[in-house]
Amino acid sequence: MILKDLIIIGGGPAGLCAAKTASEAGLNILIIERSPKLGGQLIKQTHKFFGSEKTYAKTRGFDIAKILIGDVLKRPEQIEILLDATVVGLYPDHELTVYQYGIYSKYKAKAIVVATGASEKFLAFENNDLPGIYGAGAVQTLMNLYGVLPGNSIVMVGSGNIGLIVSYQLMQAGVKVKALVEAAPKIGGYLVHASKLRRLGVPIMTSTTVKRAIGKDALEQVELVSLNEKWEMIQGSEKIIDTDALCISVGLSPLHQLLSMAHVEMKFVNELGGMVPVISSEHETSVKNLFVCGDVVGIEEASSAIVEGYLVGLIAAKRLGYIHPNYETLEANYHAQLTNLRSGPFGLKTRIGLAKLRGEDYAR
Amino acid sequence: MRIEKHPILTFEPKEELHFIFDGTPLTGYKGDTIQSALHACGIKKLSESIEHHRPRGFYCAIGNCASCDMTVNGKPNVRTCITMLEEGMVIISQKGKGVL
Ligand SMILES: Cc1cc2nc3c(=O)[nH]c(=O)nc-3n(C[C@H](O)[C@H](O)[C@H](O)COP(=O)(O)OP(=O)(O)OC[C@H]3O[C@@H](n4cnc5c(N)ncnc54)[C@H](O)[C@@H]3O)c2cc1C
Ligand code: FES
Repeated sequence: MILKDLIIIGGGPAGLCAAKTASEAGLNILIIERSPKLGGQLIKQTHKFFGSEKTYAKTRGFDIAKILIGDVLKRPEQIEILLDATVVGLYPDHELTVYQYGIYSKYKAKAIVVATGASEKFLAFENNDLPGIYGAGAVQTLMNLYGVLPGNSIVMVGSGNIGLIVSYQLMQAGVKVKALVEAAPKIGGYLVHASKLRRLGVPIMTSTTVKRAIGKDALEQVELVSLNEKWEMIQGSEKIIDTDALCISVGLSPLHQLLSMAHVEMKFVNELGGMVPVISSEHETSVKNLFVCGDVVGIEEASSAIVEGYLVGLIAAKRLGYIHPNYETLEANYHAQLTNLRSGPFGLKTRIGLAKLRGEDYAR
Repeated sequence: MRIEKHPILTFEPKEELHFIFDGTPLTGYKGDTIQSALHACGIKKLSESIEHHRPRGFYCAIGNCASCDMTVNGKPNVRTCITMLEEGMVIISQKGKGVL
């Protein structure tokens, strides 16, 4: 059993930022990251981010990752990092099982921050398991990290910001985007992103979904179908498109399995993406000294994951007796930034979700 | 199918790695995962589903879904999307559950 003060599970923006403030407060930290690289979702984002200046808006995602990773690497004597290491078990007494290079090890920490992010939702249709059908994150990983194209052409399902942005990234990489389909009657993401695609000639088909995939050993064609106002398929509206790739981008849900394993009290909140941990105002779960930040507490954005990370790092350190020299100013500042990021029409869903999580009704 | 020109990203030429997939010698690059190297060679079917023997490709590419499990150097159920390619690897498309 290896003993630690603070273990952070997940080296995405939320986990990295928690490590930064906790280490500034004087604490020693271990970050455990499943993939070979730190940075989470950010390392595959080639577009300039939306959000606020303080959280690096207008900077490209992978450049934001470089800044956040740099902050953590500056303190090697305090922040230890395990890469290629997956936390496969988390128990209520703060014990963890970690799998790395074929070996399982046991860890125990005085406090734990879970910052595991999210996983992609899937869509049900005939033959949806054929090779050539990928999640949007997978397409980005393949293309932006490894420089490999997912296919010669692609049909994108889902018009949220991720669907729109990944379609644009696919075109930049040289893939023909044959269509972007959306089941709802209107586009989900920002109109600026959608207009860019329209200008480049991508047909955006709303009230449309995938009926089935066609192919033998891999995808060859997709059959699309139009939906009426009751979301029922309209007979005779089917249309077949030749394509060797189909990308599913129908939302994310928090990666909550580890929390459920630790018997953390969970709640289903649709607005936050699915099962989420019930938390106190200090981002602590029902298990003492087990904190959460980022997409695992509700699907939002990198900007809020960054600020939540900073905040949780401060709080977890304080719990263990390490008080950041600017604790009060910073804490107030992070709370204000979160309120600001969640204001306005695009933050409405999060505001309703967080109210539900607290067991309150959202007053508009 | 590798990206040749990109307006934002640059992919530097890298050291070649040689491996064997189902008996066929193939080439990938240093920094590839097993899965990205196979995909670049046009190989999409990585295994067969256990009961109905349907073709399986990768889906999440971050180690979440187990859709890319293959037998690597004799070891079954290796998540090929998060396992880096190494020189001389012997990779077999997996059929069935695999035995350790
Ligand atoms: C296409 C796309 C475009 C986006 N555009 C924007 C944008 O313009 N602006 C914006 O603000 N946000 C944007 N986002 C959202 C943003 O990327 C996420 O909200 C943010 O990355 C969430 O941070 P996180 O640290 O909570 O999770 P993640 O970034 O997902 O990091 C979680 C980390 O935890 C690791 N992990 C998970 N489970 C384990 C385990 N068991 N053991 C060890 N490690 C584990 C994962 O490997 C990962 O590295 C975009 C997202 C996508 C996909
Ligand atoms: S593709 Fe999902 S685990 Fe590898």
